[in-house]
Amino acid sequence: MIKMIVFIVAYLVLAPLIGGLLAGLDRKVSARMQRRAGPPVLQPFYDVFKLFEKEPLTVTKVQDFYVFIFLLFVIVSGAIFFGGGDLLLVIFTLTLASAFLIIAAYSSNSPYAEVGAERELLQMMAYEPMVLLTAIGFYLYTGSFAVGDIVSGASMPLLPLIGIFLGFTFILTIKLRKSPFDLSMSHHAHQELVRGLTTEFSGRTLALIEISHWYENIFLLGFIFLFFANGTVWGYIIGVVACILIYFFEVLIDNSFARMKWQFAFKSAWLVALILGVVNIFVLYIII
Amino acid sequence: MSYIAKSPWVVHYDGSSCNGCDIEVLACLTPMYDVERFGIINTGNPKHADVFLVTGSVNEQNKDVVKQIYDQMPEPKVVVAVGICACTAGVFRECYNILGGVDSVIPVDVYVPGCAARPEAIIDGVVKGLAVLQEKRDNMVKQVDEPAETYEKEEAEASEGEKSPEEEAAGETEKDQEGGKQ
Repeated sequence: MIKMIVFIVAYLVLAPLIGGLLAGLDRKVSARMQRRAGPPVLQPFYDVFKLFEKEPLTVTKVQDFYVFIFLLFVIVSGAIFFGGGDLLLVIFTLTLASAFLIIAAYSSNSPYAEVGAERELLQMMAYEPMVLLTAIGFYLYTGSFAVGDIVSGASMPLLPLIGIFLGFTFILTIKLRKSPFDLSMSHHAHQELVRGLTTEFSGRTLALIEISHWYENIFLLGFIFLFFANGTVWGYIIGVVACILIYFFEVLIDNSFARMKWQFAFKSAWLVALILGVVNIFVLYIII
Repeated sequence: MSYIAKSPWVVHYDGSSCNGCDIEVLACLTPMYDVERFGIINTGNPKHADVFLVTGSVNEQNKDVVKQIYDQMPEPKVVVAVGICACTAGVFRECYNILGGVDSVIPVDVYVPGCAARPEAIIDGVVKGLAVLQEKRDNMVKQVDEPAETYEKEEAEASEGEKSPEEEAAGETEKDQEGGKQ
C-alpha cells in the first residue's frame, strides 16, 4: 500500500520533469539530426512558463474546462498505471481523456480545430485496437490485468509478446504525435491546418496541453517498460534503457519520414494490429 | 523571473512586397542560421505567437488582415517590421493602393531596414524585440499590482486613439465562429 502511494506521488511529481526533459532532448536530438544547433534542453520548460505568463485569450470558456479535464484524466490514468492498477482501466481512462481534448477542440467552432479534432478521432480509431490487444496479451501471459502483477512476473514478457511489442511500438508513433502520423497536431509543421487541434488554445490552456503530453509520454513509455519487467533489478534497468532507445527510435522515425495521409495511418495501424497483434495472441493461446 | 524572452514564438506575414524579405525570414529557420537556438519557433498561428514579423508594405486589401493578425495575438506582443517596404513602404510608396509602412495600421516596435533585409539583421531585430517584449510583460505585471487609476492613465498615454486589443480580439473571434458555422 505504502509502495503504491510512493509510486503514484513519484509519478505525479517526476513525470512532468522527466517528460519535459525528454521533450527538450527530443528537440535537441532532432536539431542535431538536421545539422542544427537546436534549442537549449530546458526549452520546453521555458515555453510552458512563458505560456503561463501570456494574456488568457479564450474563444469559449468551456474549452478551458475540457482541457483541464483532459489533463486531469491523463494524470489519473497515469496514476492508476504507476499505482499498479488495472491495465484495462488505464486504457479506458486514457481514451476518455483524449475524448475530452477532442470535445475541447470542437467546442471552439474553429474550422482548423475541427479538422484537427476529426483527425484526432481517426487516429484514435487507428491505434485503439492495438492498445487493447496489448492489454489482452499481458493478461494471457501473466494471467492478470493488474500492472503490479505484470511487473513482478517471473519472466520477461518480451519474447512471448514480441509481435505485440512491435505492434505497440508502431502505434506509439501515433500516440507520441510523431511523423508519419502527426496528423491532428504536430510539433514541427505549425503551418499545416494552422496548428490543428490546438489552433484556438493559447496561453495557459496551451500550457496545460503541453504538460499533459509530458505526463502521457512518460506513462506510454511505461507500457514499453512492462515488456521488460521480470521482477528483478536487471529487469528494471533493461526496461528503462529500452524506453530510452525506443524514444530515440521514434525521434529518428519522426525525422526521416514525411507525413502520410490518414488513410495510410488507419490501414497500416489496423493491419499491424491484425497481423502482429492477433497472430501473437493466437500463438500465445496455443502455447499456454 | 520572466520567461517571455526565452521562448518567443513568431508569426510571419508578407504584405505587398517582392517576397525578398519573406524568403530571408524563412532563411532564418534553416540550419544555416537556426533561430530555434533562441527558442524561436515559426508558428503560423497568431494565437500562439509573441512576435509578429511583417514584411512588405500595407495596401488597401491587406490592412484588415494585418490588423486582424495583430488583434488575435495575446499580450504581451511585439511587432517587427522587416525590410524597407515594411518600414516606410520603400519603392512602392507612391503607388495608388499603398497606405505606407506597417506602422500606418498597427504600432511597430522594431524596424529592420534593408532590401532585402539580411537574415542576420532579422535575427538582430527579433532579439531587440525581446527587450521590448520583456518591458511589456513587466508593465503587465505592474498594471495588475498597481491601483486601477494610474494604470488607466498610463494605458491612455501609451495607446492613443487605439482600441483595446482585448475587445477587438473578442469581436473577431465571434466573427470567426459565425464563419465556421456557415
